Amino acid sequence: MLQIKDLHASIDGKAILKGISLTVNAGEVHAVMGPNGSGKSTLAQVLAGHPAYEITGGEVIYNGENLLEMDAEVRAQHGVFLAFQYPVEIPGVSNAYFLRAAYNEIRKAKGLEEVDPMEFLDLVEEKLKLVDMDPSMLNRSVNSGFSGGEKKRNEILQMAVLQPMLSILDETDSGLDIDALRIVAEGVNALKRPDNAAIVVTHYQRLLNYIVPDYVHVLAGGRIIKSGDKSLALELEARGYDWVLETVA
Amino acid sequence: MTTGLRFAEQAVAASVADAPGSIRALRTEGAESFKTLGFPTTRNEDWHYTSVQSIATAQFTPAIDRAPSTGVTTESLAPYTFGADWPLVVFVNGRFSAELSTLASLPAGIRVLDMATASAQDAELLGKFLGTAAPANRDGFTALNAAFAGEGTFIHVAKEMVIEHPIHILHVMDARAAGVMSHPRHVMVAERHAKASVVESYVSLADATYFTNSVVEAFVEDGATLSVVRIQREARSAYHVGTVEARQGRDSHFLTFTFQTGAALSRSNVYTVLDGEGCGCTINGLYMLDGEQHGDHQTRVEHVKENCFSREAYKGLIDDRAHGVFNGKVYVHPEAQKTDGKQTNHTLLLSEKAQIDTKPQLEIFADDVKCTHGATVGRIDETSLFYLKSRGVGKVLAKQLLMYAFAADVLETIENPVIVEALEKLTVERFTGSSSH
Repeated sequence: MLQIKDLHASIDGKAILKGISLTVNAGEVHAVMGPNGSGKSTLAQVLAGHPAYEITGGEVIYNGENLLEMDAEVRAQHGVFLAFQYPVEIPGVSNAYFLRAAYNEIRKAKGLEEVDPMEFLDLVEEKLKLVDMDPSMLNRSVNSGFSGGEKKRNEILQMAVLQPMLSILDETDSGLDIDALRIVAEGVNALKRPDNAAIVVTHYQRLLNYIVPDYVHVLAGGRIIKSGDKSLALELEARGYDWVLETVA
Repeated sequence: MTTGLRFAEQAVAASVADAPGSIRALRTEGAESFKTLGFPTTRNEDWHYTSVQSIATAQFTPAIDRAPSTGVTTESLAPYTFGADWPLVVFVNGRFSAELSTLASLPAGIRVLDMATASAQDAELLGKFLGTAAPANRDGFTALNAAFAGEGTFIHVAKEMVIEHPIHILHVMDARAAGVMSHPRHVMVAERHAKASVVESYVSLADATYFTNSVVEAFVEDGATLSVVRIQREARSAYHVGTVEARQGRDSHFLTFTFQTGAALSRSNVYTVLDGEGCGCTINGLYMLDGEQHGDHQTRVEHVKENCFSREAYKGLIDDRAHGVFNGKVYVHPEAQKTDGKQTNHTLLLSEKAQIDTKPQLEIFADDVKCTHGATVGRIDETSLFYLKSRGVGKVLAKQLLMYAFAADVLETIENPVIVEALEKLTVERFTGSSSH
């Protein structure tokens, strides 16, 4: 599904990603871990098409197409989804309107007919249960005044509605208490299918107790310095990032 | 006087023309004042960012010298009106149209009269108010408005009366307005504990170069509430100067909302005097400018008495090479202790060439007050834009959503939901380009 080949990226002239290579196949869950400043979030944002980053080398092939040539909205329309580490507040735009607009834009891009507000409401109500959200949240402005946990659940709600092929979760666990973490993780697990894939970016192993990865990659200094299976995450938790940094050095 | 000689000559001619007594007196004062004042120049601090040379050097025929325009139908006004049961006062090309107005079903105690009728039938009552909140010698434009007095509205809501639907004063212009200047004066009185709401709108059926110079005199007596929503959608080639001067009594509340999208050059003034304890004002607005438009907003709130509040929020979206100006003045007199004042002005610039000059001004001479002001100028937030795009929303729609979201919260401060809905629709149309203005 996704082949990242020797990807280099920088922001404001400062190199952040310095040669990342990673292959993600359908049905797989990849965890990307690493200390602060390692480039984890940059990788997530670059894959989603954040305009602040400059691609200085390498390529990313997504379902046979050059992902880096697509605008952010086109990537989303092709099934790429980024759950933001810091979901953005948009006062004045209701959650319901936003979700429907996004859903319909993606349908339009696929040549499908738009759904009307009533039909859409039925669909959303189903998905709300998945993340244990009250329907009243639909009438509130997007993320505006939401608690940290509500914002993250709202991200998973969007993911559930938009049904992406490749989900990238950027530190979705940060700032969540254990109950919220469980709800979010269960939501993600419920959306797992043999034909989709997920990249879970996280600083802590904790989330991986709930979302079990097939592969774990350790990112440091803009490169993947170690890859392994889920046991690598446990080892990192026990021994800390310094251990892996020393091992590689 | 250095500018506007031709206007002064026209004003003198109007002042000697046949007119009812109160109108004639106002015209004379106006002509005399304009001879002294002339048009303001950019050397005048209040007009520093707005040059009115293009008005001063143009030639216009006073609407009061022209025959009323016929041929405009109720159907053609439908897109500009609100509820069918709202009292409607229509002016076509600057002249009152009795046929298009609907004033039949007003209850006793509520007067809505055109200026000619009021000055004939209700001269004594009108005379108590006319020219007192906005005296002719206030400034050049108010002087000109007085000099060409004759058209307008007299709204008088007797004590404790509550009007059911807002009164809509609709100024409509068409191609025949080219070269015309109109100077409507609307006198609005809410007696004590009355509650009244007025919409004053300016629209055009065709583009034309004309000049509107309106004055509202609002009297909000003790315990009364008066809301005035001004919708300025003049033709793109038109000039518009609109002034609201209010006088407020004890415990009164005066609200204005200025929605401004039209005209090549426009200036909106909202001035109020909080001259009774415990009264307050809410002065909000939304301006959307593009192309080469120039739109200027000036507000002045005078806190004269104790325990009064003022709330002011203006928002603007400026695109292309348009130029916006905001100057909000709050004066707190020495006696006005416990004043609670809050003023904000937020502008989004949508292009590299778009401009805003924003100048909040607080002058406080009392020592126990709470006054804040703030102004921001920004661009569409890139992070928000990326967030919307990352959900599949295309760039154009994403921008429109963010512009709409920016504008929507200030529109929602308007009390009447029908007006909110209509202005939200106009705002969306403006962003999606489905309407010319």
